[in-house]
Amino acid sequence: MKRIAILAFLIGFSSIAMSQKVMTRSGKVTFHSEATLENIEAVNNQVSSAINVTNGDLAFTMLMKAFTFEKALMQEHFNEKYVESDKFPKSNFKGSIIDFDVAKLTTKPTEFTVTGTLTIHGESKEITVKGFILKNAAGDIEATSTFLINLSDFKIEIPSTVKNNISNSIEIRVKMTYEPV
Amino acid sequence: MSQYKSKFFCLAIIIISTLNAAWAQDDLLDLLETDEPAVDYTIATFKSTKVVSGHSVETNAKGVLQSTIGHRFGRINGGYQEMFGIDNATIRFGFDYGLTDNMNIGFGRSSYQKTYDGTFKWKLLKQKSGAENFPITATWVSSIYINSQAWPEPDRENFFSSRLYYHHSVLLARKFSNLFSIQLMPTIVHRNLVKTAKDKNTVFSMGAATSIRLTKSLRLNAEYYFIPSGQIESTIGGEKVQNSLSVGIDIETGGHVFQLHITNSRGMTEKYLIGETTGNWLKGDIHFGFNVTRVFTLIKPKEFKDL
Repeated sequence: MKRIAILAFLIGFSSIAMSQKVMTRSGKVTFHSEATLENIEAVNNQVSSAINVTNGDLAFTMLMKAFTFEKALMQEHFNEKYVESDKFPKSNFKGSIIDFDVAKLTTKPTEFTVTGTLTIHGESKEITVKGFILKNAAGDIEATSTFLINLSDFKIEIPSTVKNNISNSIEIRVKMTYEPV
Repeated sequence: MSQYKSKFFCLAIIIISTLNAAWAQDDLLDLLETDEPAVDYTIATFKSTKVVSGHSVETNAKGVLQSTIGHRFGRINGGYQEMFGIDNATIRFGFDYGLTDNMNIGFGRSSYQKTYDGTFKWKLLKQKSGAENFPITATWVSSIYINSQAWPEPDRENFFSSRLYYHHSVLLARKFSNLFSIQLMPTIVHRNLVKTAKDKNTVFSMGAATSIRLTKSLRLNAEYYFIPSGQIESTIGGEKVQNSLSVGIDIETGGHVFQLHITNSRGMTEKYLIGETTGNWLKGDIHFGFNVTRVFTLIKPKEFKDL
């Protein structure tokens, strides 16, 4: 009995040690739309994200209403008319970092490929993007990524009257600093 | 006994260890979802800071300057000779500025009676759900009006105070899902000088308004101010004072809101709506009118200062 207990304890303990996670609740996601008449930029500084450093699993979640715009009216339109935050309050991503090995991270950014499911406006799409990951001087993992998404993939409609104000192709920038859980 | 204890101890370790192992396989998203739910403030109860001519609960955000130009034409029943009222327009231009997200000040001038107005508007309570709940949005609005027309009787002793009017309202609004909003606006209008001793200086009115979402960029609005009887006895131009009723639509494009409406009121502020409305809907004394608003962001949110 004792041996079994010790064995179970070791397995359990090692599984904790093995599946270490790092996370943040103050990650930054910005997006940028470039159209003929105007550029639109929005910032969300309250993005939650976690990485399972054992296997490279990665997740993000954010409240759409936490995006701040340069113009208050844009923020209202974004929430009310485009992403419909009342119906779909959150966006999230669930996926994994391919060939992730925490031991090989250095203070210089290493390029990784991330693949998974991005859900915005209640619509999900498989995406594969590039990102950079490093381990900073304090020993925390930092990740950045810049990629493009199409609003039409997420059924976000742009009325013809503002076709020149909002681009269908939106640049997303992600910047995270993770801390151990 | 000690054997039992050690068995129990072993069992406990097994259970804890297994639980740990199970926890370790938990979904990462679940880990993130353990957040407290955020407070969700209701947005866009109305599309504009005005329902039609009277104020809505909405305020401009901090650092935002809103310019409004409003027209009200003459009465439609003026016939073709008056081009159904188009010949005879009154205009009001106004500027409103967000000192904070909830506190606005405004200035305007109406061509009708050459009247200047200054407004203080404060959103006291916000409708919210999620981590905190509150059923309504409440906004307080006060205005002072100065009539700058020449004195009608220059020979008698006239006081500057006779040019002044005030109005105070408490606006109480609720948005029902994303379909429609209703608003109540108990209001008093104070006139320093009234025509006859029978007229009350301070007139109480109960207003009600609604905004119904037709499409993402189109809304149907209506506002009505009811004046309980016995407060205003004198007539204006031989016509009795009526309750103000206005119906309109909001058309929203990027930075503009166009409001088109029909109303029995000539003026575009509470002072005119309550106590100076003489049009009778049933007789066709209806004015066509519009407001155009445009917002300018003078001070950017702090997140954008360094960009």
